[in-house]
Amino acid sequence: MGPLIVYYSSISGNTNRFVDSLGMRAVRIPLSMKAECPVIDEPYVLICPCYADDDGSKAVPKQVIRFLNNPENRKHMQGVIGSGNRNFGDKFAYAGNVIAKKCKVPCLYKFELSGTPTDVINVREGMKKLWATLEPQEMNKKTGT
Amino acid sequence: MGASIQVKTNASNDDAKISRIKAINWNRLVDDKDLEVWNRLTSNFWLPEKVPLSNDVQSWGTLTGDEQRLTIRVFTGLTLLDTIQNVVGAPTLMKDAITPHEEAVLSNIAFMEAVHARSYSSIFSTLCSMRDVDDAYLWSEENEYLQRKSDLIMKEYVTDNAMKRKIASVFLESFLFYSGFYLPMHWSSRGKLTNTADLIRLIIKDEAVHGYYIGYKFQKAFAEATPMEQMEIKDYAIGLLMDLYDNEIKYTESLYETVDLVDDVKTFLHYNANKALMNLGFDPMFPAEISNPNPAIMASLSPNADENHDFFSGSGSSYVMGKAEETEDEDWDF
Repeated sequence: MGPLIVYYSSISGNTNRFVDSLGMRAVRIPLSMKAECPVIDEPYVLICPCYADDDGSKAVPKQVIRFLNNPENRKHMQGVIGSGNRNFGDKFAYAGNVIAKKCKVPCLYKFELSGTPTDVINVREGMKKLWATLEPQEMNKKTGT
Repeated sequence: MGASIQVKTNASNDDAKISRIKAINWNRLVDDKDLEVWNRLTSNFWLPEKVPLSNDVQSWGTLTGDEQRLTIRVFTGLTLLDTIQNVVGAPTLMKDAITPHEEAVLSNIAFMEAVHARSYSSIFSTLCSMRDVDDAYLWSEENEYLQRKSDLIMKEYVTDNAMKRKIASVFLESFLFYSGFYLPMHWSSRGKLTNTADLIRLIIKDEAVHGYYIGYKFQKAFAEATPMEQMEIKDYAIGLLMDLYDNEIKYTESLYETVDLVDDVKTFLHYNANKALMNLGFDPMFPAEISNPNPAIMASLSPNADENHDFFSGSGSSYVMGKAEETEDEDWDF
């Protein structure tokens, strides 16, 4: 299995447009809290936009918190990519920082709004490299060596 | 084709006017984004008195006469844009609102633009002589590029198409301010006027939410338009951006030539024009080679934001996993 993205995007659709540009396998966390929450049983990277107030609270959307409250989903997360707007100063893409801390994964990258072509290239390349390091580990797990 | 857009827009305007007579009910939302943005804007609320501008008096004295004059001119230019948004832009968009909550959000935006415009006067009264400030206001009324910028936007606010008004507003909020915002970020990167820069950063945060919200409302209307209308509207947006851009380049040259910062400001303009396009749901158009701002300006815009996430891009400092930050815990059950 190749690299997998799991992402959240609000109705404004910035993150959705970025993920479309990536052209990679991707699972969207549903907008509705009533919809069934996906359970991911293979390595993935989470892309999450930021809705932080000035003090950094409310950075992570509740839909993403619900997704991460499932230990199975946390187990397979390799890292997080934050999106946002640099205009928010030190709270730029702050959801990335919060999730990295809460789930003890690296914040791999940050981009603004729906991302530039450079962001798309950086994330594609980064994902490829990350999966190249993962696949031997995963294979080892499966064969029990 | 243009006519069909007009008819549609006017009709929805009239519908909105009738429904606006009802008392607003924030517990029955039509669009969740309205409450989300209302909460964000009200939690960001601030007044210029919060910022200790007088701590910049000594720093102001270290600027040359030319630098001081440039700074005052840049701030009068920004004051004009905030005034436009306060008294014309946001009130015009209120008439186009399709939910009562959108109208309430726009009333917050209108008021905050008044706070922004008022803030520049606080900077002036703290740092500058009245005579220098009066001179700059006179300059602002006579500078052809600043006046053209104002005319281009004001003209769009009286067009008969709500989508076009939103486009003009997003370009003002997310693009036109930045030839001005550049300068306090530049001074701050040199350790100058750092309190003034703190105040400008508060404005910059507000403008980001304004551009995002108005752009979002534009995208909703755009999604409902016919493919023909969409094509016309997109062409119109790019055309307006190019007109504003040509003028902005001349404005930038007229201001920044004396301090040798023209190229640096232009890059910052390209970067922000790309973000304005993204706020409208369009692809960025300026290539990376000419839209990556000076890192010192980026660090000034978002201090400490670039730590901990260099894993993919290979730039910046080394990443640290999970740097301790205070977060609310009630929703996380692990």
